[in-house]
Amino acid sequence: MKKVINVPEQVVEEMLQGMVLAHPQYVKRVEGFEVLVRANKPESSKVALVSGGGSGHEPSHAGFVGRGMLDGAVAGAVFTSPTPDQVYEAVKAVDNGKGVLLIIKNYSGDVMNFEMAIEMANADGITVDKVIVNDDVAVENSTWTIGRRGIAGTVLVHKIAGAKAETGADLAEVKRIADKVINNVRSMGMALDSCTVPAAGKPSFVLDDNEIEIGMGIHGEPGTHREALRPADEITAHLVDKIIADMPLVVGQEVAVLINGLGATPLMELYIVNRKVATLLQEKGVKIAKTYVGNYMTSLEMAGFSISILKLDDELKELLAAPADTPALVQF
Amino acid sequence: MGGYLYEAISAVGETIISNKQMLTDLDAAIGDGDHGINMARGFEAVKIKMQALETENDIGKILKMVGMTLISSVGGAAGPLYGTAFLRAAAPSQGKTQLDVETIGLMLEAAITGIKERGKATRGEKTMLDALEPAYEAFMEGAKADKSVLACLEAASEAAQQGVEFTKTIVATKGRASYLGERSRGHQDPGATSSYIMLQTLVEFLRR
Repeated sequence: MKKVINVPEQVVEEMLQGMVLAHPQYVKRVEGFEVLVRANKPESSKVALVSGGGSGHEPSHAGFVGRGMLDGAVAGAVFTSPTPDQVYEAVKAVDNGKGVLLIIKNYSGDVMNFEMAIEMANADGITVDKVIVNDDVAVENSTWTIGRRGIAGTVLVHKIAGAKAETGADLAEVKRIADKVINNVRSMGMALDSCTVPAAGKPSFVLDDNEIEIGMGIHGEPGTHREALRPADEITAHLVDKIIADMPLVVGQEVAVLINGLGATPLMELYIVNRKVATLLQEKGVKIAKTYVGNYMTSLEMAGFSISILKLDDELKELLAAPADTPALVQF
Repeated sequence: MGGYLYEAISAVGETIISNKQMLTDLDAAIGDGDHGINMARGFEAVKIKMQALETENDIGKILKMVGMTLISSVGGAAGPLYGTAFLRAAAPSQGKTQLDVETIGLMLEAAITGIKERGKATRGEKTMLDALEPAYEAFMEGAKADKSVLACLEAASEAAQQGVEFTKTIVATKGRASYLGERSRGHQDPGATSSYIMLQTLVEFLRR
């Protein structure tokens, strides 16, 4: 294992310290917990948004704490859901009377730990609700009752639900918007190479030199199948086909596109992917209203990418265009 | 028995810690490769917390501490599941300083019910329940036949081991392994395995 770390046991702690030192204008630490919250409380009372999950997906989620997106983020051990007491501390730290919405990626561990935190907060009289993101189309919903995994589409939920919360909307309304994003976003990814969890010390899976994994999750979980490496356009077309097969797009439909790097993919390659995605959507008469290209939901040093497509209506389009000011996403 | 339980839980913790790599490897094959790491971290934390309870005789109190510690240190799915199991098992043993077959049966039942509620899972979905439910049934059969605690636990552990073997033959529908579907067949479930080795450790502890 070759990593710029000190000791595996300290990676999350030292990363959080580094983040606060880098972005003191955006985030501060809830002392004693793996929780970052906004450095400055919002000027007026609003629904607070908290997300989180295992670490290793940076900039998710603490990188999206700031005006227009999240109020707090909880960092678990690498690829491991944070514990209920950590989530509960985040909820207490950000609640300002209008309730708290938890944005959870659909993994059994995350859902269980966040639900236990909700029970703890409810016992304190804090109103907490949740949404569960399940945008990954790689695994078919009909076969496994637990449903799909939550991946990069989660960032679009942070963006749009965050913008809605800034308007002063109540908890039910912010939740409605978050669910609307979840219902209209689909993603799928692929990996060129594996990643190594620091505490594990060896790669989560091994791919041959010429082999790629289609549809793998963001924790190094093996995907749907492996195949030989193909040109970028062919891989991209396959992923877009899978997404559109699940969520048909009609002529004239407006969408947002997120091309997400998994950690070790050069921006050059992500732009090459984006070029093909844009071409394919244009051919179908679909209009791209907004494109994001970059590392939003990584998987440590995994090489590969995911594509997310979000169907927009006027309401979602306006909220997506609203300002955001966070360490990892700034838009005016 | 309070003192015994203290030692029994220490033994269980040591087993989990020493099987960290094996559990992690099982998980890497079909899940996200962290089960051993997380469970070992949890029982390391339990070990530290236990020091304050060395003279505690109330079995319920000890189990409650174990449950709370696992919940706040393990994370993943295993933390809430095992944490809930120990918390629920604490209820029938509250105020007790000794355990008999009847109480252990109630504890196992409460623990399994807790796991089912928290994980929204049932038997046959390639989870720890595939080890624990047969174990409970074997334990209760032993109880009906008026067998000793050790004999009942031996039967339970054997049933759990068979349950682990059974998980190799089925496809996962719960937990991260479920995302693999058909590809999860042929691998034994890490959660069922950790449940089995805990039971087996208790058996070996009682034999000593």
